[in-house]
Amino acid sequence: MVSCIQLKAQDSLLRSISDSLSAGAGNEFVTGTFKALYVVNMKTIEAPAAGALNFEIQHRFGTLNSGAYHYFGLDFATIRLGFDYGISDRLSAGIGISTWQKTFDGYLKYKLLRQTVNSERMPVTVSLLGTTSYFIDTFALKKSVSNTYRFNYTTQLLIARKFNSWLSIELTPTFIHYNFVETSADQNNVFALCGGARMKINKRMSINVEYDYLLPNQLGPNPDPTGPPRSNSFSLGWDIETGGHVFQLVFTNSPSMVESQYIGQTFGTWGKGYIYFGFNISRNFNLKPHNKPKS
Amino acid sequence: MFFRIAIIYFLSSCFLLKGICQNYTTKTGFIGFYSKTPLEDIQAENNQVYAILDPVSHHIAFALLLKGFIFPKELMQVHFNENYVESDKYPKATFAGSCSGDMDLTKDGTYQVVIKGSLNLHGVTKNLETTALLEVKKDQIQGTSSFKLKPEDFQIQIPGIVRDKIERDISVRVRITWSRT
Repeated sequence: MVSCIQLKAQDSLLRSISDSLSAGAGNEFVTGTFKALYVVNMKTIEAPAAGALNFEIQHRFGTLNSGAYHYFGLDFATIRLGFDYGISDRLSAGIGISTWQKTFDGYLKYKLLRQTVNSERMPVTVSLLGTTSYFIDTFALKKSVSNTYRFNYTTQLLIARKFNSWLSIELTPTFIHYNFVETSADQNNVFALCGGARMKINKRMSINVEYDYLLPNQLGPNPDPTGPPRSNSFSLGWDIETGGHVFQLVFTNSPSMVESQYIGQTFGTWGKGYIYFGFNISRNFNLKPHNKPKS
Repeated sequence: MFFRIAIIYFLSSCFLLKGICQNYTTKTGFIGFYSKTPLEDIQAENNQVYAILDPVSHHIAFALLLKGFIFPKELMQVHFNENYVESDKYPKATFAGSCSGDMDLTKDGTYQVVIKGSLNLHGVTKNLETTALLEVKKDQIQGTSSFKLKPEDFQIQIPGIVRDKIERDISVRVRITWSRT
């Protein structure tokens, strides 16, 4: 009897502080909407913490339909190497180089809104992303392209919500400006709607889906008449997270990993076997310790 | 029998009410945990621990939000919440127990005590016994303690690939300054 009373007394003490602790909960920001900075090709609302540097290796082999002689694509490779750095908890910047059209790219990403645990306060996280790319490759049709025409600009509004611990969805209205287009059928200003989702299959793995829908009648057919038709980018990914690394195994019909290219310049569909197998690997480095709560 | 229980209930609630009036409380207690291995040093500190101490009955209780633990490496903090303690599902850790030993917390002095109680973390409740130092000074009581916990005891799974980076026994340090309410 005595120990029962004692337990009751302890419990009521605990309840008195535990309740006031709960009253303060719910205002903190949601973390871990996505595991990595990339769904597959599209950037996520996640950003390196202030003072953290992320090194990203993105690799795509050739298409599966390139045949047994080319080991179903393993003979070929396009790569993007990138660095992403957290300037503050809201602002991050990145640079990258890639083999596709020999492209340099740089971006700035700013978190405008942050989803809170109590989602009545703020149901979504919203980031604004601006990417500039510059390619130095030459085209078969047009060998000399002056410097200004080698820049492309992409502006994206990343809107993401973590619905529960296993499902997150991101919707991304996208505007691309091409300084140079290959044929007169192509517009310089192009709109697209991109979407991505992450489904966790256990604590450290998730399946990702990405679809980048290019609004119709903006870009003409493939300038190379022998090549496959222009197509929307569709990708599947499998994320495996181990400590400071995230491994992503991906299947996509886009060889490029730069927004203006994978959204607007994807040729060939999954159905016809234009599927590139590849991976993204990220490694996080902490250049400065962070001391604020992740909020 | 019912009558007797009713009396005991009544007496104990009187006792409780009396207790509440003179409790020592804080909302800014400190709890940190530390793991040292050749591969990785991990530390996390929480400065928003709620704690309460009844100087007469010697009952004691702690509560904290797991999201309140700050890691110098932000990614570790995300992984801690997402993959280890699952703070979406189990946001709080709590402890309720009592101090025993030779002490009079109504008088100034330093007392070495034993704290026994139950710790709830990650949905698992375990008994915990540790020593602590209580220092009573005017209207404040300062308490310090340290003990070790095994993550596996609380069904916090650690995958093989990172097992060597996390100590088997995690050191926990507690430092609380209660003031009279």
